Amino acid sequence: MKFAVIVFPGSNCDRDMYHASKDALGEEADLVWYADANLASYDAILLPGGFSYGDYLRTGAIASTSTIVSQLKIQADKGVPILGVCNGFQILLESGLLPGAMLKNKNLKFMCRFEQLMVENNHTIFTTAYGEKEVISLPIAHGEGNYYCDPTALASLKANNQIVFSYVNNPNGSVADIAGIVNERGNVLGMMPHPERAVEALLGCDDGLKLFKSMLENWREAYVAGA
Amino acid sequence: MKKVKIHITLKEGVLDPQGKAVQGSLNTLGYEAVQKVRVGKYMELYVEDSANIEQQIEDMCVKLLANPVIEDYHYTVEEGVTQ
Repeated sequence: MKFAVIVFPGSNCDRDMYHASKDALGEEADLVWYADANLASYDAILLPGGFSYGDYLRTGAIASTSTIVSQLKIQADKGVPILGVCNGFQILLESGLLPGAMLKNKNLKFMCRFEQLMVENNHTIFTTAYGEKEVISLPIAHGEGNYYCDPTALASLKANNQIVFSYVNNPNGSVADIAGIVNERGNVLGMMPHPERAVEALLGCDDGLKLFKSMLENWREAYVAGA
Repeated sequence: MKKVKIHITLKEGVLDPQGKAVQGSLNTLGYEAVQKVRVGKYMELYVEDSANIEQQIEDMCVKLLANPVIEDYHYTVEEGVTQ
């Protein structure tokens, strides 16, 4: 399986994402500079965390105007798995690939620590290796991770089972304790916690590895087993 | 040249943690009359004059300057000062 890790000016979790897919998962991965990217040949696209364009204006806003977003939309329409973590999630929101927006954390603090999450939906291509309602631990590291959407959008997220991860102890004030959501089709996942920073015991926890394993297993099932 | 003044604020009903913190501080300073604070952004754009300038500003606000999911915006277009 071949992963593209998109690097924006200001990305800083790109190496972690590369390490997770290349070393921990053992698959192919490329770090791809956003301006030079040709995403057509990749099996999955990873949008890492960081501070794209210094988070000027709003988190993810400037990155969402870059030309690569039109490619992301094409790949999303094809059903290619796209994972956006932290700033990557913010870029997906600002691009309109996922519904909602980010506000500053309720307590106005940048928070960097492990948080417990509940796997709300283990039937997505990103979460089949997790158990139903499994409680996992992943690091968060953000100042603007307070997910907001209006009541209509929330009802739609709930009705379509698009809420994938929720916080056990909501640290940032997110609506309905939301930590991660997928699009309606289920191939675009955005989440604030960092699975790529928890892929081996040496990092303190390997609960994030199952997410990458899920992507691999589901890709194999779709494209290799059936071939 | 036109000078466009754009004000962007969080929508009513959207929690404004910065506003709450500022209100708390004002109350601490003794300004207890302050019941609510909303913190927003102010931008000035100097734009070449054109017939559809209002529509262009509207588009800029929706596409980039404001996030319509959480923010409201309003703007005024004035004669720009020659720099």
